[in-house]
Amino acid sequence: MCADFVLYEEEFKHLEEALRRLRQEANAKAVFLIDKNGQQIASAGEIEQFDTTSLASLTAGNVAATDGLAKLIGEREFSVLFHEGQQDHIHISIVAKRAILVVIFDDRSSLGLVRLRVKRASVDLEKIFEVMLQKGEKGAQGSIHASPFSEITDDDIDALFGE
Amino acid sequence: MTFINYASKEINCKIVYYGPGLCGKTTNLQYIYNKTAPESKGKMISLATEADRTLFFDFLPLDLGSIRGFTTRFHLYTVPGQVFYDASRKLILKGVDGVVFVADSQEARMEANIESIRNLEQNLKEHGFDLATIPYALQFNKRDLPSVVPVEEMYRTLNYKREPTFEAVATTGVGVFDTLKSVAKQILIELKKR
Repeated sequence: MCADFVLYEEEFKHLEEALRRLRQEANAKAVFLIDKNGQQIASAGEIEQFDTTSLASLTAGNVAATDGLAKLIGEREFSVLFHEGQQDHIHISIVAKRAILVVIFDDRSSLGLVRLRVKRASVDLEKIFEVMLQKGEKGAQGSIHASPFSEITDDDIDALFGE
Repeated sequence: MTFINYASKEINCKIVYYGPGLCGKTTNLQYIYNKTAPESKGKMISLATEADRTLFFDFLPLDLGSIRGFTTRFHLYTVPGQVFYDASRKLILKGVDGVVFVADSQEARMEANIESIRNLEQNLKEHGFDLATIPYALQFNKRDLPSVVPVEEMYRTLNYKREPTFEAVATTGVGVFDTLKSVAKQILIELKKR
């Protein structure tokens, strides 16, 4: 089974900072970072207007389906997806092999600008992910945080399902 | 793959409802959606054909409350049951933490149940999971129909590893939450072990 994905406060702040910068430089409405399994990691911008949970799950489904298509024609992956709407557009790219970067923008920006800024931001995000992975491995060996679940009791679990 | 977020104090787990076409996977999710308080659920998404058959997946995010200060969130997915959607089914199993197998109790669907469990076993293996060890619950659905196979016989045929098994009528909700609780509990116990 693959290892759990663990996100600590420090890296979370770094990720948010990188996303804020990207949103500003790309003149985008909102920027999201999503785990390939469909869970939102961090975001920046005008996120209140979006159902972020649904957005994360659908994006991951979209990327997974596109990955499947790539393999069918002998490509390793399609690393960038772009959906063009009448007003809003979505730029989707893979970062550090395991995360998905989503940029939602309108005509105040342009595809070229978004692509350029995403490229630069991806380098920063990859570095943060590297640290996260290292920490995750150390954490698995118990040297950083004990899992909050290591000491739960059956009663805790039952309480969760209390009617 | 559980996602533990120390920054927002959240734990996210993924549960997949598997089973042959028309066995009631989507109906399970719909019942859970209808019976859950608005503050504990997100929007349910169904990517379905015009005839309401699942095309890619259904998705329902649920908050179960908190354990030790961590919000426990379960993302429920269904797969498309029809045989020819196997490529899509495989994708949805990615990163799964627990599986519910919904079996159709009608005699005519027993072959389809068996084939679908084999398919589940195979697809899990391709993602590096093992049905023998992953949190798993078995549901015998549609117990209200006239031509159902006796429970003992279904158990003999479909039981994989003495997993918790539930009789259900998903349309009226019988057994639906019991099944969900069982698999969610197993996932949390699994987390505790790590």
